Amino acid sequence: MSEGLYTTETKDFDQTLDLSKIKPYGDTMNDGKTQLSFTLPVPPGDEAVEAARQLLRQMGFDNPQIVFHKELTKGFTFFNCYGSYTRSVDFTKIKVPKVESVKWDMKETDYFIKERIGRKIIVVGASTGTDAHTVGIDAIMNMKGFAGRFGLERYDMFETYNMGSQVLNEEIIAKAIETNADAMLVSQTVTQKDVHIKNMVELVEMLEAEGLRNKLILCAGGPRITHELAKELGYDAGFGMNTYADDVASFIAQEIERRKNK
Amino acid sequence: MQSKLGIDFTKVQHARGIAKNIADGVQRFVDNYTTVAVERTLCRLVGIDNTDADGVPLPNILVEDLKNKNVLEHGALFFIGNAIIETGKSPQQIAEQISAGDLDITAFPFRSQSEIANAFKPYIDASINQIKERRSKREHYLETIGEGSRPYLYVIVATGNIYEDVVQAEAAARQGADIIAVIRTTGQSLLDYVPFGATTEGFGGTFATQENFRIMRRALDKVGEEVGRYIRLCNYCSGLCMPEIAAMGALEGLDVMLNDALYGILFRDINMQRTLIDQFMSRAINGFAGVIINTGEDNYLTTADAVEEAHTVLASDLINEQLALLAGLPEEQMGLGHAFEMDPDLENGFLFELAQAQMTREIFPKAPLKYMPPTKFMTGNIFRGHLQDALFNLIGVWTSQGIQLLGMPTEAIHTPFMSDRYLSIENAKYIFNNMRNIGDEVEFKKDGIIQKRAQEVLDKTIGLLEEIEKEGLFLALEKGIFGGVKRQKDGGKGLRGVSLKGTHYYNPFIPLMNPKLEPCNL
Repeated sequence: MSEGLYTTETKDFDQTLDLSKIKPYGDTMNDGKTQLSFTLPVPPGDEAVEAARQLLRQMGFDNPQIVFHKELTKGFTFFNCYGSYTRSVDFTKIKVPKVESVKWDMKETDYFIKERIGRKIIVVGASTGTDAHTVGIDAIMNMKGFAGRFGLERYDMFETYNMGSQVLNEEIIAKAIETNADAMLVSQTVTQKDVHIKNMVELVEMLEAEGLRNKLILCAGGPRITHELAKELGYDAGFGMNTYADDVASFIAQEIERRKNK
Repeated sequence: MQSKLGIDFTKVQHARGIAKNIADGVQRFVDNYTTVAVERTLCRLVGIDNTDADGVPLPNILVEDLKNKNVLEHGALFFIGNAIIETGKSPQQIAEQISAGDLDITAFPFRSQSEIANAFKPYIDASINQIKERRSKREHYLETIGEGSRPYLYVIVATGNIYEDVVQAEAAARQGADIIAVIRTTGQSLLDYVPFGATTEGFGGTFATQENFRIMRRALDKVGEEVGRYIRLCNYCSGLCMPEIAAMGALEGLDVMLNDALYGILFRDINMQRTLIDQFMSRAINGFAGVIINTGEDNYLTTADAVEEAHTVLASDLINEQLALLAGLPEEQMGLGHAFEMDPDLENGFLFELAQAQMTREIFPKAPLKYMPPTKFMTGNIFRGHLQDALFNLIGVWTSQGIQLLGMPTEAIHTPFMSDRYLSIENAKYIFNNMRNIGDEVEFKKDGIIQKRAQEVLDKTIGLLEEIEKEGLFLALEKGIFGGVKRQKDGGKGLRGVSLKGTHYYNPFIPLMNPKLEPCNL
């Protein structure tokens, strides 16, 4: 098993960075080095290792190496693998839809709202449908926030209503009407079997039926939510991994200002 | 006991005394009430099962019928008892007739409690004996094939399909797991009925049904015999069907149940009166069945800060302990919860976590404490996540936790793959074996960071308990004392199913299951 400890393979590929043809990087430009792990529903042995190797080749890897394998239970084998990826993507042509707002910190956003909007912004939020996870909506709305970013509750210029988890779409709409909300935040953590899509679409349809859709800034958030997905489903913005209360707060403030001036 | 943390045990005793007063206050309320869930539980315990043609469980049909007739206060068993005596039919046949619309059990002459007790005797004996048999079967396994050493390795399966869950569970057992928890489908806690039969569709988990319990129990018995180690089965006695699930679990040989007095109130917005009444019945059953309960204090730290709010966990553990004791559940079955949830960027966070875990161990010496892994600060960086879980495992073995709920490197990404579970079990086994006796070897510096942290948390706990005692638990919950979550006494889901007990009310199972119970208000 000592092969691969020290690489002796010749590096006879072009080692200059070309953004129109990027591929994974290990320790040399364009080496394509990638690590993977997966399980195959077969018993361990030489045949299993060969099967894993062939799969890697089919995926587009040269020099596939199965560095570790282990039987998980009868008939299932786990693999750790490396390979050199052969294909590439053109980085210069990539376009990703993004939330178009400038990200401010809490003070800047509060100041902006005070000066330009002149009243508190009212926000209702919940983890809706059958989703029992509050971690997302809490990270955005609760006083404490998350990872050093204070939640909306902490802002002077937001009035917030965090309804918690397992809130029906009807309930959050009723709350938005009752509080005369400017914005609605919907958190979806459980995305197994696309349960979140159905629920998110239903909310948009209900808001439209109530004639409320255009009066509200509607945002979705969660680890599997992207801005692109949210837009596709009829939301104004989507906030995924690595976005925090300040992202949401800046967006809402700027969007209200934008709509005011329209 | 000598404290490694310099804890003053007279303070612990004081804290426990306050918690007992708080629990007594709750129990004085609970004793006067029943709920639709408690009544459905009693139906199940006298043998009523199955559903009507539309899939509505017969216990629901029977209890709803009584509720609609405004006689729920006398309890299901009083009316079923009258019907047995009058018709000579079994509880199951009676329920089927009610479902068909052929029978009004409130129309029969009222019989005395002793006549009713007599009529029920064979049915009560049958379920009590089945629960006892299940318990002795577990004890027999523990004596013959044995069990894993503590901390028990606890992993979850969550495919949504009970048959696929079996495959995952068998794999986990072979890899070294001691407890398999079948995560419930999202939303089941808010169903006011228990689904029926084997199920293959769920979201983020699998329906808890009696048939699913049976399927998994059978599989774990088999794989336990194969690996030479008893494998415990865990499910969830929480939500609107708390006591019903306890009864089903007791009948089918479950070993561990999530069963918190406050969790549903705080995190599922279930009405507090409803849950507190239901938890009493469910814990009486779990106590009798030899089931270890797990409490959910770890959840406070996912919504509130783990450093600032550590004392709320201990306060809740103490209240949960006293409520469980009132239901006849012994300390040896109390998997009181706490968690490793501090921000990994915090300097000396490990020392605080170690202090709190050791403190919890010393305060509840007999309890198989349930220690929860990091979740809040798991980011999708599986490599760091695996390290966070390793530090968590280190504290688990160091402080002799009872149940180590294994963290997964892929927490926050997906429900565990078979390989995730393997990596987690390997992580825990490596650390537990490699550091087995570290707790016996290492002492803590007098008045150092660790000792001081533990003492500080205990002091703050006493302060909080005194505050709760003054107001009573109901008002404290309204003020948002746990996890920063505020709940109204008349708010939340399930209040409609609460009823004051009436003059004919009859529940023979509490005294049968908990003969030492002293009613605290009668």
